[in-house]
Amino acid sequence: MIAGALVRLSKLISGARAVFTTPIEGDAQRIFFANHTSHLDFIVVWSALPKNLRVKTRPVAGRDYWVKGLVRRYLSAKVFKGILIDRTPRSATSEEKQQAARAAIDRMAEEMGDDSSIIVFPEGTRGSGDEISPFKSGLYHLCRLKPNVQLVPVYLDNMNRILPKGEALPVPMLSRVVFGEPMEMRRDEPKDAFLERTRSALEKLRENHT
Amino acid sequence: MNLQIAFPFERELSELSFDPSLVVLLAGVLAALIVGSLVGFILSLSVKGEAGRATVANLNARLRAWWVMVAVFGIAVATGGIGSLLLFGLISFLALREFVTLAPTRAADHQALFWSFFVLLPLQYYLIGLGWYGLFAILIPVYGFIFTAVRSVLAGDIDHFMARTSTVNWALMVCVYCVSHAPALLMLEIPGFQGQNANLLFFLVLVVQLSDVLQYVWGKLLGRHKVAPVVSPNKTWEGLVGGILSATAVGAAVWWATPFTPLQAGGMAFLICVMGFAGGLVMAAIKRDRGVKDFGTMIEGHGGILDRIDSLCFAAPIFFHVTRFFFDVSGQPVP
Repeated sequence: MIAGALVRLSKLISGARAVFTTPIEGDAQRIFFANHTSHLDFIVVWSALPKNLRVKTRPVAGRDYWVKGLVRRYLSAKVFKGILIDRTPRSATSEEKQQAARAAIDRMAEEMGDDSSIIVFPEGTRGSGDEISPFKSGLYHLCRLKPNVQLVPVYLDNMNRILPKGEALPVPMLSRVVFGEPMEMRRDEPKDAFLERTRSALEKLRENHT
Repeated sequence: MNLQIAFPFERELSELSFDPSLVVLLAGVLAALIVGSLVGFILSLSVKGEAGRATVANLNARLRAWWVMVAVFGIAVATGGIGSLLLFGLISFLALREFVTLAPTRAADHQALFWSFFVLLPLQYYLIGLGWYGLFAILIPVYGFIFTAVRSVLAGDIDHFMARTSTVNWALMVCVYCVSHAPALLMLEIPGFQGQNANLLFFLVLVVQLSDVLQYVWGKLLGRHKVAPVVSPNKTWEGLVGGILSATAVGAAVWWATPFTPLQAGGMAFLICVMGFAGGLVMAAIKRDRGVKDFGTMIEGHGGILDRIDSLCFAAPIFFHVTRFFFDVSGQPVP
């Protein structure tokens, strides 16, 4: 019930219209990867999914944000069952950061098990919305651990204007969640090629559907 | 739970829900819808050719949406002031959302927009509920105009500043200020017409929407000469003249539900139609400028909510003020 209410609330605020360029069918495990400009992004993607997919899809989110306060803790633990990842402090050395990133990828793969799908934002951080930043290597390493999952590109349009970085309160505007054609990691695909290929899938959705 | 206490005109309006002339008007609209739906159904059986089928499918989608819109509007008017305020407040909200989505604003305007949606908009409708005409008339053009500009400048982004600020102001004026003049008709005090102001609201919406529909119908039947080929290629002189004249005739014919004589009702209806056409044209120019065909996708066959109320935006404030000036006791010039 709370999940339903949350879905409706997020649709009211974001006026999100889901566009499926190809139907998403079957019960494959999937990694939905999207561009990232606002705190609302994963709720919007999650809400745009049809219910049968939504119940199996878990967002990956920063632990620091989602354990603060009763409401957030309840939502992340019970409603969308987020996979909470520790964020490394800015002051950490690059070695510490790398270690933490590796641990986070392992957690994601483990939590996915052989049933859950996840929502990730491979840019690693929220951008201004003007362009899609180069992907961090996390998506690549995750796919190496889970080679048989479907990768679904998701382009979020206008979310940067609904809740821009640095603002606390959303302004209601109409946004769109464009689901692209599922793709897979190629055998022995080099890291940079893979990351560029996945990123350009988002770029294409942005060019063709906005 | 009695929200209505705050609204001084609530008592009058609860009597309104049984106003016989309103029931007759509503029945007339329903009869027209039934006839329209029958015509749509017959056309769908007899139409030939690709383009013809598409036109009829669109016509029938529009008709289905009309049933919903008439039901919603009928319920709002029947529940009195609070229902009309809530309905038009919601329309303003949805219209503003569509407008701002298309409008080129930047992150620095975020706060100004937040205030527009969640403070100025509700306040504007609350003032109608209070019957506070003086502040209602200046809230957005004076306080909103200054406040949104100041809020945006404080964010410190000067790129396209004047265009952005004008955009926010236009969004507020069109979607909130202008639209709010429709339910504001309930505030008017017209001697001998107490408790019947909902008829005025019905008259405005009936004439403005009918004018749109009839312009569409006449245009489809006889349209040859384009009236504004650059801005709105579907509008024709034949549609414009036929639509305005026939909607004016209907307006004059329902004079008995208004405080006007038949001639006055016809004149008011003509004014509403002309302003409606002007509003539609200006909104079409905004859409073209932003490179879109419709403001949204909310109403099947019609586009977004702004596509449906584009003509109301300009007709409502002019009808309100002309009625207020000539018929309202407080609108009379002081001797």
